[in-house]
Amino acid sequence: MTALAVENVCKNFGGVAALAGVSFDVNEGERRVLLGPNGAGKTTLFHTISGNLMPSAGRVALFGLDITRLRPDLRARHGLARTFQITNLFPRLTVLDSVLLALGGIDGQRLQLFQPPSRQRTRYGEAARLLDRWGLAGTAERIVRTLSYGEQRQLEIALALAGKPRLLLLDEPTAGLSPAETRRVVALVRELPRDMTILMIEHDMDVAFELADRIAVMHQGRLIAEGDEAAIRANQQVTDIYLGAE
Amino acid sequence: MKARVWPFIGAVAVLALLIALPDILRPYYVGLATRMLIFALFAMSLDLLLGYAGLASLGHAAYFGVAAYTIALLVLRAGVDSGIAFPAALVAAAIIGALFAPLALRARGSYFLMITFALAQVVWSVAFGWRSLTNGDDGMPGVTRPYFGWSLDNTTSFYYFALAVIGIAALLLFAIVKSPFGRALRGIRESESRMQALGYNVWRHQYAAFVLSAFFAGIAGALYAYFNRFVGPEYLYVVQSAEALIMVILGGAGTLLGPAIGAALIVFLEDFVSSLTEHWVLVLGVIYVLVTLFAPRGLIGLYVDFRQRRALK
Repeated sequence: MTALAVENVCKNFGGVAALAGVSFDVNEGERRVLLGPNGAGKTTLFHTISGNLMPSAGRVALFGLDITRLRPDLRARHGLARTFQITNLFPRLTVLDSVLLALGGIDGQRLQLFQPPSRQRTRYGEAARLLDRWGLAGTAERIVRTLSYGEQRQLEIALALAGKPRLLLLDEPTAGLSPAETRRVVALVRELPRDMTILMIEHDMDVAFELADRIAVMHQGRLIAEGDEAAIRANQQVTDIYLGAE
Repeated sequence: MKARVWPFIGAVAVLALLIALPDILRPYYVGLATRMLIFALFAMSLDLLLGYAGLASLGHAAYFGVAAYTIALLVLRAGVDSGIAFPAALVAAAIIGALFAPLALRARGSYFLMITFALAQVVWSVAFGWRSLTNGDDGMPGVTRPYFGWSLDNTTSFYYFALAVIGIAALLLFAIVKSPFGRALRGIRESESRMQALGYNVWRHQYAAFVLSAFFAGIAGALYAYFNRFVGPEYLYVVQSAEALIMVILGGAGTLLGPAIGAALIVFLEDFVSSLTEHWVLVLGVIYVLVTLFAPRGLIGLYVDFRQRRALK
């Protein structure tokens, strides 16, 4: 089944075409990496998929459902979760509160003025397990902005996973991390259930090739290549504009 | 364990003091304490919006004043029983909030501030201009206090009535900010886009916070109409809205307890300074400047910093 279908998506900012007709499909359970130099339109594409930006033209479908005009919070209800390239957390809340908010996203359309104690206990248990899994167990009572950058990036992913998404968008999850932290994040992403579809933007070539089933390369708002590791390495155009620049 | 016991002991001590107050103080100061309590609730209601939802309103006097005017109009113009007018006043404040919220929530930051300010000024100008209904500038004297089987006409009995109503309202507010809804508001204050990505309907939460905030401001306004046995357009004026903002900021936004302390302090200072000079607003301005310079997170923020510094030693 197709998890995500992007059809001819365009996005213009004034006269600048950030996306000039991008089309691709991601199959259920696939791990797809988006490559491309800065300004290629990768993050803009992410924003149109997550609903933070409306495309100027084209169509986005999530598991067969047209979500092109759907609000971001409703996309989340249909199983979409994302991280942000620029860390987007709750700076003045505790780590535990952040995770509880993420777990509560499933009830995010309702106003929960009262929560039964049993549900509350379940949520605290889930939160503890999630933090444990992401190596953040010791930080539960800390204020988010006092975490190290590496811990914040891990929390960013942990929050996205809290709602057990079917499609996870990761925007440069390893950017700015130390080699050790990068290895840790890569290992954790590898361990995610195989039925979870993942679309990620990644600049680190080794990470990209290690995690991806298939890779799509963007340049100047267009998709210029798509394929597995061998196909991308063999593609002359990709070598010229991206790999060649390294 | 210790950290949980002390706040509880503190709360019991404060409650005991509040209950014993009329036996300790002269009636004038019991009246002053009543006003401090009323404005503490008013500041807490604004804090739900400012401190928790992160929306700075400069029009909170609208909901306070609408509730007060509802009581005055129902009692003096329609001959409704003063006690029955009370729930009607709260509903009126909430309805005005429900009508204004969609307009104000189109904007954020200083634009939200300007829209709430403009909307409140519209309400003020109706109260000020519609002389045949509201007596305009002269206001409406003669508002009677409700009668629930015993008279609230003396200072002490009204103090206890206000204490009970404000105590219940404050407990409700604490329950709201501690609920998952309250946590969601703080999340929205910190990052709307993140909350949306997690599946939260941000607008619905902000709307509910706005209406609840108006409702609780209405409780304060209704009590103030009873307390003064009078309503006037100054209840709705921008000075009232600005004072509430300063109360919240002085005490510490986002804590409920802080704004209550800030409100009590401002009301006390206003009373004290007014006996010395008529330039109260000037003094208020100086207080505001000092707080923003030296205690940007309010008195509660100062206290927290003090505790942390001591803990580090």
